[in-house]
Amino acid sequence: MNNKDWRNLGLAALGLAIAACLPLSGNGYYLTIGVTIAMYTVLATSWALFSGPTHYISLATAAFYGLGTYVVAMGIDDVPYVILLVIALGVGAIAAGLVGLATLRLSGVYFVIFTLGLAEMTRQVVTWIQSNWGGHQGNYVLTDITEEMIYWQLLAVAACVYLVGWLIGRSRLGFALKIIGNDEVVAAHSGINTARSKVILFMVSGMVAALVGAILAPRWTYIEPSMAFSPMLSFQVVIMALLGGVNRLWGPLVGVIPFTLLWEAVSISFPNQTLLLMGVAFLLIVYAIPHGFVGLIEKYNARFRGDG
Amino acid sequence: MDKRKILSVRNLTKRFGGLVAVNAMNFDVGEHEVLGLIGPNGSGKTTMMNLISGALKPSSGEISLQGSRISDLPAQDINRKGVARTFQLVRLLPSLNVLDNAIAGAVFGHRQRWGQEAEDYAMQMLERVGLSEQAQAPISKLTYIDQKRLELARVLAGDPKILLLDEWLAGLNPTELETGIELIRDLRGEGRTIILVEHVMDAIRSLCDRCVVMNSGVKIAEGTPAEVLADHEVIRAYLGDEDA
Repeated sequence: MNNKDWRNLGLAALGLAIAACLPLSGNGYYLTIGVTIAMYTVLATSWALFSGPTHYISLATAAFYGLGTYVVAMGIDDVPYVILLVIALGVGAIAAGLVGLATLRLSGVYFVIFTLGLAEMTRQVVTWIQSNWGGHQGNYVLTDITEEMIYWQLLAVAACVYLVGWLIGRSRLGFALKIIGNDEVVAAHSGINTARSKVILFMVSGMVAALVGAILAPRWTYIEPSMAFSPMLSFQVVIMALLGGVNRLWGPLVGVIPFTLLWEAVSISFPNQTLLLMGVAFLLIVYAIPHGFVGLIEKYNARFRGDG
Repeated sequence: MDKRKILSVRNLTKRFGGLVAVNAMNFDVGEHEVLGLIGPNGSGKTTMMNLISGALKPSSGEISLQGSRISDLPAQDINRKGVARTFQLVRLLPSLNVLDNAIAGAVFGHRQRWGQEAEDYAMQMLERVGLSEQAQAPISKLTYIDQKRLELARVLAGDPKILLLDEWLAGLNPTELETGIELIRDLRGEGRTIILVEHVMDAIRSLCDRCVVMNSGVKIAEGTPAEVLADHEVIRAYLGDEDA
């Protein structure tokens, strides 16, 4: 570790400490927004760990998130909560591993469509299982877990995701993914096991999404498939990550914060126009800032220093 | 053949639907040998290279490296066993700089290095091909021959036993061509085993120990460059019946 690494680590720890103080404000509304921001930060950052370097756009976040939510929904009456979190991690990893093995040979748009269909399919399967064996569609999740606890759990997961992301970025695996994202043929001909590298990273992001789903389950009290597997979640994660920028570990955060605040503002004043906001954000990404806010910042930084 | 065999191609056939691109090919490559794979356009040379590197799977027949079969392995395993290639149309990694492109070849290949060691070795390879000055430059700043050099540096960085150069000299202007031939001659001098697909006759004459000539997927001649270039069937394949 060099000086810059220590400085970044210090900054990250400071940021985390400040964020952890939010519940002390005693303002329930801020806390609610804080939970949403923390949730999307974790989801978007872990999404970018895989999709950033490889350019495989995954819309499967909702599938893994929903699985995690359902692990808690179905087990909360019989199994300790902490164990359920561990099970959610395992289920997310296994599901992502299977999906990865089956689909990561697909390229470009086929992969995108498959992952979108996957969330829908998982939802149908869960619904089918519930109505055939569970006898009901939804589940009550009644716990004494408070919003503060959810928030702190998410912050802890965020810290882990940043740490894992940083480690991957310095590892051979991270370098392999960069090469795969540039040219998969070259990667294979340079000795990289492309399928394995992609599946490992896809599993990491699937695990995290499932864990987040499990952590948030107590927030909803009543859970049903259409909510847990909402495709909107997948799209929001992609848009926030791209808006911030996926080439830096902290990039998605820069997209999550403004987008969540804007989303809140729009839902309060114009509750029917949230989809419009999503559409506009998407156009903005495609036409104006393909590398996200981070790309923009770095471009102006470079110009300021006079090299570009 | 008196040299020790390092690569053997036996009865190798590749069909694309009804088209037989490579038809029952047989040849050996000796250690430290430079073998030219030549023939008119569409004769199956690049398909042959793709079969050796693992980019394509043969329909039948086999390729073995030092006695062990490699033709059913995926490309990454073949690369790790020591067969590395360049591409007919240069393939670089545009989001990485020159040095990182070279390091990409050093980390996962036949001889694997990481960290400072990989960087040092990649840097040596850049020096080797004459690109060390531009180590920190982005790919977009490179001229065509420099792109080709960089691809060669990436391939060399994995310390391969066998180098496959697919028309590495194509598209260079006369001065660049001279530099290019010189560079391959140096590699030859280091005792590397090289298979090259080439159209440039000067390069074939001055670089190759032996040539295998293909036409319509079959081997029509094999021997020293002088022998095969004087061969009637080879001349007919290149120039047509009337001129032979």
